[in-house]
Amino acid sequence: MSPILLAEQVLNGLQSGVMLFLMAAGLTLIFGVMGLINLAHGSLYMVGAFAAATVAGLTGSFVLALVTALAGAALAGALMEVVVIRRLYARDHLDQVLATFALILIFSEGTRWAFGSFPLYLDTPDWLSGTVQLPGGITYPAYRLALIGVGLVVGVGLWWLNARTRLGIRIRAGENDREMIAALGVDIGRLYTLVFALGAGLAGLAGALVGAIQSVQVGMGEPVLILAFVVIVIGGIGSIRGALIGALLVGLTGTLGSVLLPELFKLFTDASSAATLGSAFSSMAIYVLMAGVLIWRPTGLFGARS
Amino acid sequence: MTRERLLNAALVLALFAVPAWALWADEPFTITLATRAVIFALAAVGLNIALGLGGLVSLGHAVFFGIGGYAMGILASHAQNYTPIMEAPFLIEGTKSMPIIWLVAVLASGLAAWLIGLLSLRTSGVYFIMITLAFGQMAYFFATSWPTYGGEDGLSIYVRNGFPGLNTLVPIQFYGICLAWLLLVLALNRALMRSRFGLALNAARQVPDRVRAVGLDPPRLQLVALVLSGAITGLAGALFADLNRFVSPTMLSWQMSGEIMVFVIIGGVARLFGPVAGAGFYVLIEHWLGGVSEYWQIFLGLVLLLVVLFGKGGLVGMIAGARK
Repeated sequence: MSPILLAEQVLNGLQSGVMLFLMAAGLTLIFGVMGLINLAHGSLYMVGAFAAATVAGLTGSFVLALVTALAGAALAGALMEVVVIRRLYARDHLDQVLATFALILIFSEGTRWAFGSFPLYLDTPDWLSGTVQLPGGITYPAYRLALIGVGLVVGVGLWWLNARTRLGIRIRAGENDREMIAALGVDIGRLYTLVFALGAGLAGLAGALVGAIQSVQVGMGEPVLILAFVVIVIGGIGSIRGALIGALLVGLTGTLGSVLLPELFKLFTDASSAATLGSAFSSMAIYVLMAGVLIWRPTGLFGARS
Repeated sequence: MTRERLLNAALVLALFAVPAWALWADEPFTITLATRAVIFALAAVGLNIALGLGGLVSLGHAVFFGIGGYAMGILASHAQNYTPIMEAPFLIEGTKSMPIIWLVAVLASGLAAWLIGLLSLRTSGVYFIMITLAFGQMAYFFATSWPTYGGEDGLSIYVRNGFPGLNTLVPIQFYGICLAWLLLVLALNRALMRSRFGLALNAARQVPDRVRAVGLDPPRLQLVALVLSGAITGLAGALFADLNRFVSPTMLSWQMSGEIMVFVIIGGVARLFGPVAGAGFYVLIEHWLGGVSEYWQIFLGLVLLLVVLFGKGGLVGMIAGARK
């Protein structure tokens, strides 16, 4: 395998990792602050993608589509929090899993009812449709490179929000001691809605961004949701830094596994069975990674030690 | 507890009366529907041992359901094609005999539960939910990308497997087999709840420190519970595949895990007949709402949401009241 091909695969891995980070950051924030497992996070990703595809179809503006995706998913998230989710904070994880599973059914079928079963298409904007020449002779699609950039900007933004703003102080205080900050006069209910909407908005943004390279369809959120869970479990639940590291690890393992494992098996067997074995095992690779991390560190790489 | 007993008796009565009525009215489809409910109930009784008694929230029980299904599919497809599964070092052939298929399904899914348990019981809480989900996905992706046994398309068999002395192609006879298994496993579950092991497991869920203090090892109790639970769900998987004469990776999907969990919760966690009530209710509204609207899962989601938010203790809890 040539080094250029390998470099391209590394970039692909980074790109998918960075998009996973947008999903995982919201999930881990929601779990860290409210102690809630939200299976319906994938539905918000789907909401973002459908909102973007609709607006892009009507106006032709990609930027407007992204803004709508972000705002639409944040709004849907806030609504979801006020109507259902806030009744679940005091419940055990089992109730949370089931109630949010029910939300998935409602959102998925509701979207199918509104938009039909056929996938929608969201085109990448013209100004990002070409390829970019990178040092070392690598040509790479500009759009995918832009995705990596957006992800890193969001990462830095989240760090700034968390470490440098008053909202960040409240979020961190909420993770540590919710009674105490409620006693200090912070409206904890509003803080929770805000955090949930923030996470939802990020998921919607990711849905819209990825929707432009894949198709926009019902059920697109669940595979990503499960990968995002793998990410936050690897990184340690509640840790944004862990989510970033975990997302990159998962993205790279998934992409490189599917390229390198068949090559590895070629050393032992003939080409066709190497391809079979390689694809079978590479689809499992990230779950093996997760199981390995959990056995080594039961609370993830950056999780709190119990 | 008398109201719960009455409810349980009514459920058992329904398990006999519904197919009897269907047989009299010549409605074979109702019998198939009832068989589906009974098999789902069996899978959920399995999960209830881990979830209700052991407090282990497993979001990966589809693994065991699917392994049971593939045990049936692999053995039966080799038998129908007259190809051995393995020739060296010794010959293993496929089979169309239900008892052997059940044995293989129970052993294989029990073994899988033991391995998954060894690794995942090192964690607890949310991490346990997530790692069981991850094992489920591992199995799912392995099945979709492994072409030998159909990959994404799954495996079909032409004729339902046989049981000595019965014609399993007659719906009511196959229903009888499934019902016998359900009642047997329920009796077993009842004995388990009252046994020393069941009491220790219950205590390990509620006060693990005290259980440790009297010299028992909670993770070991939980591992045994998970193996029993997985083996029962695996048996249900073999029956389900036989009902459909088809097995595919869908049986291993995480939605399947979610559904098995829904049966338990709608019915009532840790109630002996909770899974039976839950699975029956699910199949009923699936059939009824499926006829009303193509988008019936919206209503299923709403019902589920209402049960979780406002219904304490599921159907059994709502009808029979809180446990003493």
